[in-house]
Amino acid sequence: MKAFARLLARLVTTPSRTGKLRLVRDYLATTPDPDRGYALAALTGGLDLPGVKPALLRALVAERVDEVLFRLSYDYVGDLAETIALIWDGREDSDLPLSEVVHQLGTAGKVEAARVVAGLLDRFDASSRHALIKLATGALRAGLSARLAKTALADHGGVAVDEIEEIWHGLRPPYPELFAWLDGRGPRPAAVGHAPFRPVMLATPLADKDSEMLDPSDFAAEWKWDGIRVQVVCEQGTRRIYTRTGDEISAAFPDLSEALMFEGAFDGELLVRKGDGVAPFADLQQRLNRKTVDARLAARFPAFIRAYDILVWNGEDLRPLPFRDRRDRLETAVAALGSPRVDLSPLVTFDSWTALARHRAEPPDPVIEGLMLKRWDSPYLAGRPKGAWFKWKRDPFLIDAVLMYAQRGHGKRSSYYSDYTFGVWAADGTLTPVGKAYFGFTDEELLQIDRYVRENTTDRFGPVRAVRATRDRGLVVEVAFEGLNRSTRHKSGVAMRFPRISRLRWDKPPSEADTLEGLSALLPPA
Amino acid sequence: MERADMAANQTSLPPGAPPLLPRAEGLYCPAGDFFVDPVRPVARALITHGHGDHARAGHGAVLATPETLDIMAIRYGADFAGTRQAAGTGWTTLGDARVRFVPAGHILGSAQIVIETGGRRIVAAGDFKRGSDPTCADFEPVACDIFISEATFGLPVFRHPSPQHEIAKLLGSLSANPDRAHLVGAYALGKAQRVIRLLRDAGHDAPIYLHGAMARLCDYYVARGVTLGPLLPATGDGPRDRFAGQVILGPPASFGTPWARRFPDPVVAFASGWMGVRQRVRQRGVELPLVISDHSDWPELTATIADVAAEEIWVTHGREEALVRWCTLNGQAARPLHLVGYEDEPE
Repeated sequence: MKAFARLLARLVTTPSRTGKLRLVRDYLATTPDPDRGYALAALTGGLDLPGVKPALLRALVAERVDEVLFRLSYDYVGDLAETIALIWDGREDSDLPLSEVVHQLGTAGKVEAARVVAGLLDRFDASSRHALIKLATGALRAGLSARLAKTALADHGGVAVDEIEEIWHGLRPPYPELFAWLDGRGPRPAAVGHAPFRPVMLATPLADKDSEMLDPSDFAAEWKWDGIRVQVVCEQGTRRIYTRTGDEISAAFPDLSEALMFEGAFDGELLVRKGDGVAPFADLQQRLNRKTVDARLAARFPAFIRAYDILVWNGEDLRPLPFRDRRDRLETAVAALGSPRVDLSPLVTFDSWTALARHRAEPPDPVIEGLMLKRWDSPYLAGRPKGAWFKWKRDPFLIDAVLMYAQRGHGKRSSYYSDYTFGVWAADGTLTPVGKAYFGFTDEELLQIDRYVRENTTDRFGPVRAVRATRDRGLVVEVAFEGLNRSTRHKSGVAMRFPRISRLRWDKPPSEADTLEGLSALLPPA
Repeated sequence: MERADMAANQTSLPPGAPPLLPRAEGLYCPAGDFFVDPVRPVARALITHGHGDHARAGHGAVLATPETLDIMAIRYGADFAGTRQAAGTGWTTLGDARVRFVPAGHILGSAQIVIETGGRRIVAAGDFKRGSDPTCADFEPVACDIFISEATFGLPVFRHPSPQHEIAKLLGSLSANPDRAHLVGAYALGKAQRVIRLLRDAGHDAPIYLHGAMARLCDYYVARGVTLGPLLPATGDGPRDRFAGQVILGPPASFGTPWARRFPDPVVAFASGWMGVRQRVRQRGVELPLVISDHSDWPELTATIADVAAEEIWVTHGREEALVRWCTLNGQAARPLHLVGYEDEPE
């Protein structure tokens, strides 16, 4: 338990991806079975323990700590799990294998749960207590995705992460056969049943020179919809919705999942319907990052799939077929389904790159972020094969805004003011913040902005500096973004999608930056 | 007995008047006409230790331990006060009070000030800790009528692990990340020297690099007999990778300055009692928290209250409410002493 607690503590404070990978890899390499298997399950959300409710923990602590002292402590710490872990007066500092802890938590009934948890808390130090509470409540929040944990596992075993994804959903904690394979002690586990995830095929951005060299007749084009890319699989009664990285999100979309009545696997875009059309991304966002969903929310933001491709149908693996043939099969399959929850992504017909560029400039729906180009003869391959698929995104929106606040970054950027809040002119002549950006600039530009911020600070609030921004003096930044939505949470009333700094306009006086009125004109109709 | 004491007391204080009073400038003793750790310039100041929020420049007269006077001279210049008097180990008489300085175990030269007046003994403990620390004298409990306790870590969530355990974490990270510089944030007075000394005691004998703000105070500790091993300035030109796998000590605020950019892929550590709370660790963007504190944690605070067996506890400087609550629950008279101008553990 100590090793697992140490891993969790370090993961939370390690900012870099490579640092997190190294921590998990080291843990897997040095921890015996079956403990590392349970840790992997905990990190990937695959540990199925009866959840202990926070109310039970509060009751346990109330038996041991004065209520006023607890309240004052909780006020200060601000996190219930951490407050309990710290305030619990453990009498021992012993260690137990993680598997033993999982076993105790997993087999305790509702009545015994309190006694079991209290007994474990008594035995551990603060760090292990914290890890225990997180395991017991099911809210691990380890600061890394399931995908990253699997990547560390793949590194550990010297295989590609997609090989693990493909067999993952047929495996159960503590994954003895998986570790046996990765350690060279056994065969690769078979990917049978359980509606496995198939690694997705990805596109490369279309560069200007590409289109000159490519023959338009070799390619199909379709709209790139602004939802999230998913894979839906129904096999032998098991239905799953996966993100493009193989994380399962079925539980958050029961409305969709229940409607999937077929035998096969589609690749498509997860979207929300609004009337006859497609709702903007902000509506889909209401349904993302949830463990479950209530009926009211599901009814208000009904989810559906716009199918791009078909991977498996009635037991036949269609991935080796060329896109042309898969497309025929996809159209037949979607038509046969006749479900309002699955429709077809229409193809865009064109005969020249110029014609296609016109389509791209004037898409028929605001929830389109560009075009996809797919070679008619391309099989469905994992990863990003060269020259097969291209994405040709719409040009981003651009505005000129004025830098208002700068905050120091984290990790490697902790000595740089690298997170910027920028604003545009409101009707009353003041600057209103409209967004934040922390990338898009070069290292050289970062140095320049950092120097500018330090030399033009007008106020400080902890790690944040207010920067000189008047009509004649200030730094104008060109901000690129993918779309604009209404927001009740921001004073300006707008929220940008994916904003980044595209250019520094040292040449431009702040008075010539854009206005909130001008920006608001880009909002979708209410 | 009480009458005789009153006769000896030449001031006109009414009987039962508190021997010390909180005032805007700091804690005032009417019988001796002095302040303890005043936050504004006063005629006569008694200073518990050299941290900036306790020891300020510009007083008329200062009485403090020789080390505290030296530290103030290093920080503010030799003329930091009108007159400077070093407290010995015995009593010093001031008006109708007498005072004595007793080690507080906080940093080099830190002292509790024992004040006797009107037949009562008050101990203003200043900042203190109970664990042993090779860079300063250990805290000595003094039985008294009124004990004035700090409460920087006055919540039951603060139970500091052993500093050796925390130093082992730092050494473990050094060997696991030999390609990365280890930037350890530590307050320049006390914490920095203690971290260095803990590293030395754990067998780390490589040079330790110092931010310029730390050099003079480290030199002073060495001059007072605290061996710190090889120390080098973390400045100047040279290949970046000379800092790989090395320990660099600086004030935490320096990590946000261009100075910090010379280090390869740094692991940012911070040595502080606050690092026991993960929410704080995350707020500060610290990668390697080291829970090393120069203040008492909750068990030390409550044990000290039991040790001094005072009639009344006055709680100041931090989370007064919780410590007063604990006293009440344990049948100990206590009240918060609201002073202005003191900060949390300085950073």
